[in-house]
Amino acid sequence: MSGAHATDSHAGHDHGHGHSHDHGHGHELPFWRKYIFSVDHKVIGVQYTITSLLFLLFGFALMWVMRFQLAYPGQPIPIIGKMLGASLVDSSGILIGNGYNAFGAMHGTIMVFLGIVPLAVGGFGNYVLPLQIGAPDMAFPRLNMASYWVYLPGGLIMLASFFTRDGAAQSGWTSYPPLSVVNIGGQTWWLIGMVFLITSSLLGSVNFIVTTVQLRVKGLSFFRLPFFVWAQLVTSFLLLLAFPPLEAAAVMQLMDRVAGTSFFMPGGLIVTDVVQNQYSGGGSPVLWQHLFWFLAHPEVYVLILPGLGIIAEVIANNTRKPLWGYKALVHSAIFLGFMSFIVWAHHMFMTGMGTTLSTFFQFTTMVISVPSVIILTCFIISLWGASIRYTVPMLFALSFLPMFAIGGLTGLPLGLTASDIHLHDTYYVIGHFHYVVAPGTIFAMFAGIYYWFPKVTGRKMSDLLGKIHWFFSFIFINGVFMPMFFQGMAGILRRQYDQSYQLHGASAQGLSMMASWSAWCLGLAQIPFIINFFYSAFAGKKVGKNPWEATTLEWSAPSPPPHGNFDAVPVVQCGPYEYSVPGRKSDYLPQNIAMEA
Amino acid sequence: MGGSSAADIQHHVKIYYRVFAALAVLTVVTVAVARIHLPLAGAVAVALFVASIKGTLVACYFMHLLTEKAMLFWILALCALFFIVLMAIPVLTDHEVMRRTVNVAVPPMKIHETTPATGH
Amino acid sequence: MSDSAIIPHDVEPHPLTGMYNGKFGLWLFLASEVMLFGALFSSYVLLRTGAPEGTWPRGEDILNWKLAMLNTMFLITSSVTMVMAWAELKMNRLGKAKQMLAITFALAGAFMVVKYFEYTDKFHHYQVELLAPMAHDGHDVMKITGHNVKETEDSVSIEPDAHGADKSAKHAPITIERSKIKRVTNFGPAHSTFLAVYFTLTGLHGLHIVGGMVVIGYLIFAADRIWKWNPEKMVNRVECTGLYWHFVDLVWIFLFPVLYLL
Repeated sequence: MSGAHATDSHAGHDHGHGHSHDHGHGHELPFWRKYIFSVDHKVIGVQYTITSLLFLLFGFALMWVMRFQLAYPGQPIPIIGKMLGASLVDSSGILIGNGYNAFGAMHGTIMVFLGIVPLAVGGFGNYVLPLQIGAPDMAFPRLNMASYWVYLPGGLIMLASFFTRDGAAQSGWTSYPPLSVVNIGGQTWWLIGMVFLITSSLLGSVNFIVTTVQLRVKGLSFFRLPFFVWAQLVTSFLLLLAFPPLEAAAVMQLMDRVAGTSFFMPGGLIVTDVVQNQYSGGGSPVLWQHLFWFLAHPEVYVLILPGLGIIAEVIANNTRKPLWGYKALVHSAIFLGFMSFIVWAHHMFMTGMGTTLSTFFQFTTMVISVPSVIILTCFIISLWGASIRYTVPMLFALSFLPMFAIGGLTGLPLGLTASDIHLHDTYYVIGHFHYVVAPGTIFAMFAGIYYWFPKVTGRKMSDLLGKIHWFFSFIFINGVFMPMFFQGMAGILRRQYDQSYQLHGASAQGLSMMASWSAWCLGLAQIPFIINFFYSAFAGKKVGKNPWEATTLEWSAPSPPPHGNFDAVPVVQCGPYEYSVPGRKSDYLPQNIAMEA
Repeated sequence: MGGSSAADIQHHVKIYYRVFAALAVLTVVTVAVARIHLPLAGAVAVALFVASIKGTLVACYFMHLLTEKAMLFWILALCALFFIVLMAIPVLTDHEVMRRTVNVAVPPMKIHETTPATGH
Repeated sequence: MSDSAIIPHDVEPHPLTGMYNGKFGLWLFLASEVMLFGALFSSYVLLRTGAPEGTWPRGEDILNWKLAMLNTMFLITSSVTMVMAWAELKMNRLGKAKQMLAITFALAGAFMVVKYFEYTDKFHHYQVELLAPMAHDGHDVMKITGHNVKETEDSVSIEPDAHGADKSAKHAPITIERSKIKRVTNFGPAHSTFLAVYFTLTGLHGLHIVGGMVVIGYLIFAADRIWKWNPEKMVNRVECTGLYWHFVDLVWIFLFPVLYLL
């Protein structure tokens, strides 16, 4: 992409900076410019949210099918088995190996790149961040619009690969060569889709950083920012600096597949008895792994940080206390972001590195666990002596804490080289990272949706449906992933489409069935949420500006905020979590002076 | 960058021309040194050194880095640090280098020994 | 135009960064570009140091460093004219600024023309790798390079390059049986990992040049209109484009010796 322009914010008229609303538009925008190609960060945020939730649901659905194969290997898939294409199932509707691999690769890709990051950063970040810093919009509104409209085609290109003759990409979300280079299927589409997604992400991260640094209102110094904003800022730096190497690697792999180059193709490679001499050889498969994980490790911190930001907001609001250790939280987030760039090879302990190198990465991996623990500890201590309100967002936030703890703790044996020898590429790894992302980040996303829904729509979601959603999700999500630790320790490997094929795998089939049934029930548990989401948007109980009695700036804007966000530009008087200030009548002090009761 | 007078700009223009001359000269130097055919390590060192000088000139004068505030430098320094990490990958994976830094002489393991041998 | 809210620090520098939004944003973008090209340079180093002795060609043997040196001068000059365009705008001389932008555009175009010839030359130049040494031109060779390759099912004919003192003399086409041939390829990206890196690095760089040309072209085209509506914005846009352009020049400053001379 070529250089960005300075923002074209001409209303055509000369308004002073004090006025942030009503730009003298004598005319309403046409529908397509108001809701489709909008430059308003709120509309874009909603677009990202809806799109990413749909992708998340689709990625989840892929897993339902996979889990059927795992629980009942070799049996025809019920209902839809015969409807799936020849690249996925055989004539009786049984999932074939390539189909399982395609679902697996796409499940990972869709959940990470099309689901969670666009929701956490594109959805929540876009909508909430400008409001929380008192800005009328993002620094570059048109760039913002562009980033959504590059994300969507990227996602669709990836999905389109399912409909090609050989099916979707089938080499894992990690796309390791040489397999990914020689494999049939939609890997080429995957690579092209990735280039779109990375571009979208880069445009977004530039926007976020400039907005956060330059557009804060008067009085909002860096250490008065809500932790959510800090989390988004660090996340944006990770996206900015870590994604380009993957873009370079994707281009190189694309050239290997399409132009016969040998970036990742070693010399003398033989694939099913055929010498691959259309490649010049001399390439390095490990090079791909380095470039991929150079991004993908910071990427997992991109997955968790916005979630931590949301949890911080929800906990502060529902404990009616300031967050404990705000400065520790901020410094930990910054340190975490920094360290995330130098731990990547802990995903590669089994590639034959020397002990010096693996010791270095083991050390940095152990060090990076410290800020995560500090953050979690600060959240837990924040509960001490609190007047906890068990609202639906708070239920998700509270359950997040032990789930994230399990995810984090189970990462330790993976980060230690000795135990990783046994656990690498087993179900233990799958259990570990899903605990952090599923009952971790996704629960934080739900918390955020329930929390900010009133601001976005002006209506509250139903508490009853929300509690049902939370309760059953919590139970079943543990049912899916807890068995995986035991399967992994027993030696069951990942990415196998029939676990019972190996002798030691047969004994763990019971656990697989438990996980599969939990996964299907988890799917059912989302129904109350989906109903709640759409019903409440039109018929939920109407609310005013600040239904949660919260302190941060977004709650001083109308619900929903108009174009330009605030009635008058906020002026900040204090920190972000001034709850239960002694001597005050009400139990919270809003950041915006104008909101003071 | 607002507020510079015309005289200021004229002064800058003189600097731009001088930098241009320096860049042109350094390009010739780069090619000239290459014709000498130094051994690879030396050739790489010289080429990168000269290129760095040229790059610094472009960044400082054409891109006005010299007149920017500290905040930008911190961000660029962060970027430079991660760039170095990224460049370190090839060195780190070069197995020969790794073998040289790890114990080379490993005593043969006795059959009845229960303690693992050190190093590789 | 677009319905944006009024954004603070759109032209007015922020006290902390000393920059207006667009400039700060562009520097951040350049930081990400450093990582992009850095990954490619890093891959180059890894692949080259990992290549067995004697298998990695020298840039100056395969590539035309003289043309590349010319290209380097084109880009360096275009960098000067680019910053001059900004300076002329600061001195309120729109006409001169447009001239400078036009010269920048033309130099960039010249760069791309040279690149075009470089690339097409590579794609039309072929190499036949043999399974066993064959007598040719006085010695035994394993590889024969040349032009005008014609491939049939049984054999490949090639017009070999001239070597030695009489470079202009062309050899008559020779025909080699397929059974003696290991591989026939042009000097495109598939030829060797060196050329793969060369085409990827210079190709990506070339795309950046084209992108820059599009923006510069637009600025020339729209200069009068933007200058009339908001001169400060015109200055800023030229400055931001200039930053991008200098970066593209900077990448070439490293690309040139690394690929062509080492």
